[in-house]
Amino acid sequence: MSRRPYTRELSNTGWWLQHPRYIRYMMRELSAAFIGSYVVILIVGLWQLSRGEAAYQAFLAAVEGPAGLAFAVIVLVFAIYHTYTWFQVTPKAMPLKLGDKPVPGALIVAAHWFGFGVVSVVMWLLVGG
Amino acid sequence: MARSNKPIVWGLFAAGGTMAAFVVPGLILITCLGVPLGLLSADALSYVNVLELLQHPLSKLVTFAVLFLIIWHAAHRMRITAHDFGVRRDKLVASICYGIAAAGSLLMIVALPQI
Repeated sequence: MSRRPYTRELSNTGWWLQHPRYIRYMMRELSAAFIGSYVVILIVGLWQLSRGEAAYQAFLAAVEGPAGLAFAVIVLVFAIYHTYTWFQVTPKAMPLKLGDKPVPGALIVAAHWFGFGVVSVVMWLLVGG
Repeated sequence: MARSNKPIVWGLFAAGGTMAAFVVPGLILITCLGVPLGLLSADALSYVNVLELLQHPLSKLVTFAVLFLIIWHAAHRMRITAHDFGVRRDKLVASICYGIAAAGSLLMIVALPQI
């Protein structure tokens, strides 16, 4: 037995509260919980849709109720954070070269946001247009 | 070199994360917030409209592919993140996360053809 036993200074569960950078990291990772839950809700919606109009209406009423709306706003915030962080690393994850010159990282990120805009508008027009 | 299934898993994870990054914010706005906020017409998500939108085989395929990639991405990320939150029972966490993703995928496979 050592006379100076090693003791952990940080807890397994709360370590990430020690630094804003760790908190941002955990919020980024936690976005998956909200995005995943939202997709589960969408799949339940598909299921209810397949069961007929009454089932679908009940689903819609739940989603558009106060709790559903509050949850949707939280998911939206986390989803935008996921998009932001995912696009930020794209220049590192897939650096591009045009001829001999590396494409500036900001341009790669901007191109992703442009694509994001196009995808969002197309989806919006599909449903609302 | 030893064979590993990591590249496939990693590829799926990256594809799902990219898919989520491009579509989820817009999708939430459309499916959850657009109608209550009055940005979309009141009947945009009506039974008839959504049915019409999803009855085409191509939209079923796209819906399945998009949600499949995202749910498996989220499941994998939550499994890893559970460890960061101090949960050390990885086998249990993995079976819950991947179990939910598998159940969701199965539910879509059953539901979509019936729409």
